[in-house]
Amino acid sequence: MKMNGADAILRCLEAEGVDVMFGLPGGAILPLYDAMARGTTVRHVLARHEQGAGHMAQGYARASGKVGVAVATSGPGATNLVTPIADAWMDSTPLVCITGQVRSFLIGTDAFQECDITGITIPIVKHSWLVQDVGELPQIMKAAFHIARTGRCGPVLVDVPRDVQEAELDFSYPDSISLPGWKPPRRGHSRQIAAAAQAVAAAERPILYVGGGALNAHATDELLALAESARLPVVTTLMAKSAFPESHELHVGWPGMHGPKWSNWALNKADLIIAVGARFDDRVTGKVSAFAPGATVVHLDIDAAEISKIRHADIPVVGPLKPVLAELTKVIEVTEGRTEPWLHQIAEWREQFPLRYREEGELLKPQKVIEALQELTAARGDLIWTTGVGQHQMWAMQYIECNEPRTFITSGGLGTMGYGIPAAVGAKAARPDATVVCIDGDGCFQMTQQELATAVLEELPIIVVIVNNGYLGMVRQWQDMFFDERFSQIHLTQTLPDYAALARAYGGLGFTVENEEELYASLREALASGRTCVIDARVDPREHCFPMIPAGAAALDLVEFPAESEVPTL
Amino acid sequence: MKHTLSVLVENKPGALMRITSMFARRGFNIESLAVGPTERHDVSRITLRVDCEHHSLEQIEKQMHKLVNVLRVQELAPGESVERELALLKVAAPASKRTELMALAEVFGARVADLGPDSIVFELVGSPEEIDSFEELVRPHGLQELGRTGRLGLARATRSQRPRSSQQVMV
Repeated sequence: MKMNGADAILRCLEAEGVDVMFGLPGGAILPLYDAMARGTTVRHVLARHEQGAGHMAQGYARASGKVGVAVATSGPGATNLVTPIADAWMDSTPLVCITGQVRSFLIGTDAFQECDITGITIPIVKHSWLVQDVGELPQIMKAAFHIARTGRCGPVLVDVPRDVQEAELDFSYPDSISLPGWKPPRRGHSRQIAAAAQAVAAAERPILYVGGGALNAHATDELLALAESARLPVVTTLMAKSAFPESHELHVGWPGMHGPKWSNWALNKADLIIAVGARFDDRVTGKVSAFAPGATVVHLDIDAAEISKIRHADIPVVGPLKPVLAELTKVIEVTEGRTEPWLHQIAEWREQFPLRYREEGELLKPQKVIEALQELTAARGDLIWTTGVGQHQMWAMQYIECNEPRTFITSGGLGTMGYGIPAAVGAKAARPDATVVCIDGDGCFQMTQQELATAVLEELPIIVVIVNNGYLGMVRQWQDMFFDERFSQIHLTQTLPDYAALARAYGGLGFTVENEEELYASLREALASGRTCVIDARVDPREHCFPMIPAGAAALDLVEFPAESEVPTL
Repeated sequence: MKHTLSVLVENKPGALMRITSMFARRGFNIESLAVGPTERHDVSRITLRVDCEHHSLEQIEKQMHKLVNVLRVQELAPGESVERELALLKVAAPASKRTELMALAEVFGARVADLGPDSIVFELVGSPEEIDSFEELVRPHGLQELGRTGRLGLARATRSQRPRSSQQVMV
């Protein structure tokens, strides 16, 4: 069928089953937007900034388990996508980014809004294409989706010069494509799986250390089956929150810098770590040489390059987690009751070292804000949470309980402030039935607040709860603890801007709360409203996030809670 | 420890850049690099020389395998491969020194690529070590310019064809 390149791109998206894309038009991508005006079944959500579009596509991908699609123009439009691409790369989020490029004959001439986006993004994409011949577009689009979602998920970029979008081709979408250099593993090695099963059967203190790979692999059912059949305790990382039901008796929290002491102890005192799609990130291990000193490591991952990258894997299994976990569960010879003393020990630690904070003084505590959210939503079961990056994110990890997969969406590896609001809009587009709440910081909010306009106008209502301490709180915590209280360039103020007024300016509901009574009342109203809401919760700015593994320290040396004399000053 | 890697890549725009960018990003150093066509028009061979520990070598191989354009990564183990390099050396050669230089060249099998009134350009193909030796010997005569291609390598004809790739190392 004869059509131009721009129409062909839309036919490719339709053939891939894409229902929503996120973007912002500009000169070099005009033909694609013109094609949209001619008609497509794919909904386009108009963001206010390309970074917003990119994070929306990420939020969509993480909430739906499908590939997210972001569209931008050349030059600044494309460079604004760089942060979401880098974020998707670090967190293995499947993303197809389509950018316009200047006309082919202008490439290399420093033309208006020209930039080498394929060159700029090489270190942060799985693959990228600068389309030079319109006839190659269908194969390239097919390859883009295939590569984004197979193997270890991640971002790809398709850069399409304007004349290629306008050129005519005889379109047909290929059923298959040849990618001789792309062969992700299809199954795990049975002998390795058998060795892993033996190690599990022999361990006294085994633990499942689950990363985001379990969600990307759609392997949460298999994970649950393995944990239950072998009675294995489970820690889930920041990226894996919601991969295993947190109310389950075998769930023992999350490991890492601000994870509870009992979780870090469980992981670090284990004699067998079964890593499932996790990558031994420095925020999890602390000082690597002191990490889990007595543990044998079984590492299950689809990406061979993660095996022994940080921590030596005694028994590596490279393969897709879904069948690998299923086979492992099948071949383990479980001795009844073997792990019970270990589970009992962890339960004791949990009782001994609970999460806590000081509930003194007039000021609203940030932890209380998250606890209130958890309390008011626990019975609903329709929540999807997103966060920004910083103290509020860590408190959200500590106090929000997720029991359904894909209900906690946060920026882990890159730590992108401002991720929360656009990711929430994207998650709402993926799951219109869900109540989407972004737990944000005041610093993060001000990086991407413009996407509130998108939420309101595109009828993708979200609730943003700002844990507003008036500071770049995590930076403040570090300056306080590690830089002798020399506070430097962190004060944002709690009152400027007036967040509630800003919410109203964007057509949403705005609330300012300073005590528990106002907090509960406004949360109830927001949750019942079905509208885009911003709750500005003004909290005690002195509050630090604990427990904490100081940077460079061993995980076992985590600081659980500071003594009274160390109460942070302002 | 030094290692030579032979990498087959699809002959596509940007393939070389993706590989060199991966090295830069992950903090690995490339000592020498040679790229050229192979027996297949759509495939290029890149021969890379890296100086790293075994653990890093394994990472390099695995990270390269993840690149979509990379078809095969093979370490050329010393003794099991043939490695050659081409060098061009411009050496000061006043009439009084020519005989001595020519004799030296003959020992190494170097050809005279160009001859001027005051200098000679030698062309030498050999193992990188041979080229090192020749370079050392002509240097005292006044080595004016030197260009080397970086090493090229193939597994020996007598060796079995099974490549030592990370996919086969990692099970």
